[in-house]
Amino acid sequence: MRAPLTRVLGTLTVLLGTIYVGWRWTLSVYWEHWWIAVPLALAETYALVDGYLFTLTVWRMKQRGRAPEPDPETTVDVFITTYNEPVEMVVETARAAKAITYPHETWVLDDGDRPEMAAAAAELGVGYVTRNPDWRDKPRHAKAGNLNNALFVTEGELILILDADQVPDPAILERTVGWFRDPEVALVQTPQWFTNVTDSDPLGSQAPLFYGPIQQGKDGWNAAFFCGSNAVLRRDALMQLGIVGYVEEVEVAVADALRAADRILARAARDAAREAPRAADALRSLRGAAEEARGRLASGAAVGEVTYAFQGAVDAASREVVDDDLAAIRRDLEAVASLPMHVDGKAGELVLDDLALDRLSDRDWSPLGAVESVRDLVRAVDVDRPDEAMPVMPMATISVTEDMATCMRLHSLGWRSVYHHEVLAHGLAPEDLGTMLGQRLRWAQGTLQVLLRENPLTRRGLTVGQRLMYFATMWSYLSGFAAVVFLVAPVVYLCFGVLPVHAYGLTFVILFTPYVVVNQLLFYVVGYGVKTWRGHQYSLALFPLWIRACVTAGANVFLRRPLGFVVTPKTRTEGGGFPVRLVLPQLVATVVLVVASVVGVVRLWTGAADSVIGTGVNLVWVLYDIVVISVIFQAALYRAPTPEKESTA
Amino acid sequence: MMEIHTEPVTGYTVLACAGRLTMQYASRLREAVDAAVGSGTPNVVVDLSGTSFVDSSGLGALVAGLRVARTAGGDLRIAAPTEQVSSVLSLTNLDRVLTPHPSVEEAARGW
Repeated sequence: MRAPLTRVLGTLTVLLGTIYVGWRWTLSVYWEHWWIAVPLALAETYALVDGYLFTLTVWRMKQRGRAPEPDPETTVDVFITTYNEPVEMVVETARAAKAITYPHETWVLDDGDRPEMAAAAAELGVGYVTRNPDWRDKPRHAKAGNLNNALFVTEGELILILDADQVPDPAILERTVGWFRDPEVALVQTPQWFTNVTDSDPLGSQAPLFYGPIQQGKDGWNAAFFCGSNAVLRRDALMQLGIVGYVEEVEVAVADALRAADRILARAARDAAREAPRAADALRSLRGAAEEARGRLASGAAVGEVTYAFQGAVDAASREVVDDDLAAIRRDLEAVASLPMHVDGKAGELVLDDLALDRLSDRDWSPLGAVESVRDLVRAVDVDRPDEAMPVMPMATISVTEDMATCMRLHSLGWRSVYHHEVLAHGLAPEDLGTMLGQRLRWAQGTLQVLLRENPLTRRGLTVGQRLMYFATMWSYLSGFAAVVFLVAPVVYLCFGVLPVHAYGLTFVILFTPYVVVNQLLFYVVGYGVKTWRGHQYSLALFPLWIRACVTAGANVFLRRPLGFVVTPKTRTEGGGFPVRLVLPQLVATVVLVVASVVGVVRLWTGAADSVIGTGVNLVWVLYDIVVISVIFQAALYRAPTPEKESTA
Repeated sequence: MMEIHTEPVTGYTVLACAGRLTMQYASRLREAVDAAVGSGTPNVVVDLSGTSFVDSSGLGALVAGLRVARTAGGDLRIAAPTEQVSSVLSLTNLDRVLTPHPSVEEAARGW
């Protein structure tokens, strides 16, 4: 019953929305006030696209029942990832993990490398993994690195990933492992549910719309997302991902290096020309080798062979320089020996075996390698990814949210994912506004990084549905810009009478009202029985954070600036009073909205404004804005209930 | 990348090579030895305590310097080589010709 109704309402929403937005662009943009009229029309278009994507998402909601019986042969590792969470918290999770009924091995992945954590794991009788020495001085890639490191010391066919605070139900594996009877399934995601959250949930921690209709909708398009925890993954699929990723990265890195080779070698040859003409010759011969390598890569030769041949050319060039040097040394030594005034009687004799020659011309000591830029170049034209701790990284490391990036790569390789709609682990949500904002910022930044680095609309291997499902989530993180417009437009009208729309007349009401009503009905039906209001509020109320995420993610991807990323603390942070600093933009916005309402009423009263409908529409609009934004003030005042069992000792 | 500091002392000249004594800079060392010998003191100590790396061209420059100094009736000695430099010298047996001395003072003993 719900599915047909959803489709009808979805169709109506996009139909009415298209008519309305079409009317807005063609007939009602007040071009003289383009500076507000165009942004508003754009913001409305943004919302309409969001409506299309949402309708598409819920179009094929997949309500799976129970999983098939698990194959009893399947082996499973349970990974509990931790960095700095209290040992007691990890122990509680590990104890519950150990008690999972389906046969498995439990591992604590301690990125903090804490002796007390190791001792606790040993006492509990669970495995304990820390980074191996290869990671020293290499990028650590946070949680993705932690998981990758552990994948190479364990061997279960499936891996259940749990954050340190996610206490699993003993049945979690029995209920989910059966889905892997389908050999194409690589991922089963279960919901995240938080126990330390009050009923009204001012921080909006529970995400019932996401862990429900949205994930079920994505599942219908074979695009259920991996959310980092409470998920079971197939090792084979991850390994394949690692290998494919490795080959891709090597090809890109080698191609990049060879592209830069000409410039680097030409400059090095020029620099060396005066003082070391012999070296300049060698460098010029390398340019030829680089050009040949580029040509062979372009014509489809294997990157392994091309790099091997290039390294051979480097060695040969090096060897020539060394041979020349040694010949000169021999001549000099003979000359010294033949001098009449022999000083110490030692004959100048150079006894060099092949080994010594090789050593003198190999990469470390090569005269060509002496030029730093050339040395880096030669190192980059190889297949061993010297810049990484491990050449093969199964979990994607391109984003601070490794889960989405990994999942999209799995899907683009043709693997299937499953959303299993049953709460099988209970975790802890952030308990104060500051922590919550940090977490949201990280999610948004990570998602936008993936969008900017591996755009799902163009990435090979995804189906159209999958492309749109990924894009829908990324699109939703752009809402901050639209929100600003939705806050500014009514203020401008109420205070100065500046119209972004030709007329807030009857046409507007007739076109706008049914669109909005049907849209709300759609949300009501889709989210029936779950609380979706908090999510709506936050998508507008956190506008400063969403904008910050866009700016920092863009700066990170294009300008390589750091994100300013923080690990989400799972325990309460100290602090009292109202955190004005965190909600300042919203505070200002609210004051401005209230003032604008008063001004608007006064203007209508005094006859400065003449449109009752216009003022009315904008007052309702302002009221809606204020109600939505108010959630952040509730959140700022919120103090989480003290858990019955103290989790921070 | 490499700096050569020339310090004339009574009876000999100290050339301190700081940085990487490689292909690109080898000719500088040769020029510095030529200059030192040309100024009248054919005895040269090359201070390698600041030389982090040497390649075959660098060795070539040392031997070429040795030849120039000996031809002029003096000598070229090396002092305080670092680890990599020592291993290149012993790998090539050149340490039998250019004996590493622990310090500049000891290298210059007798001059």
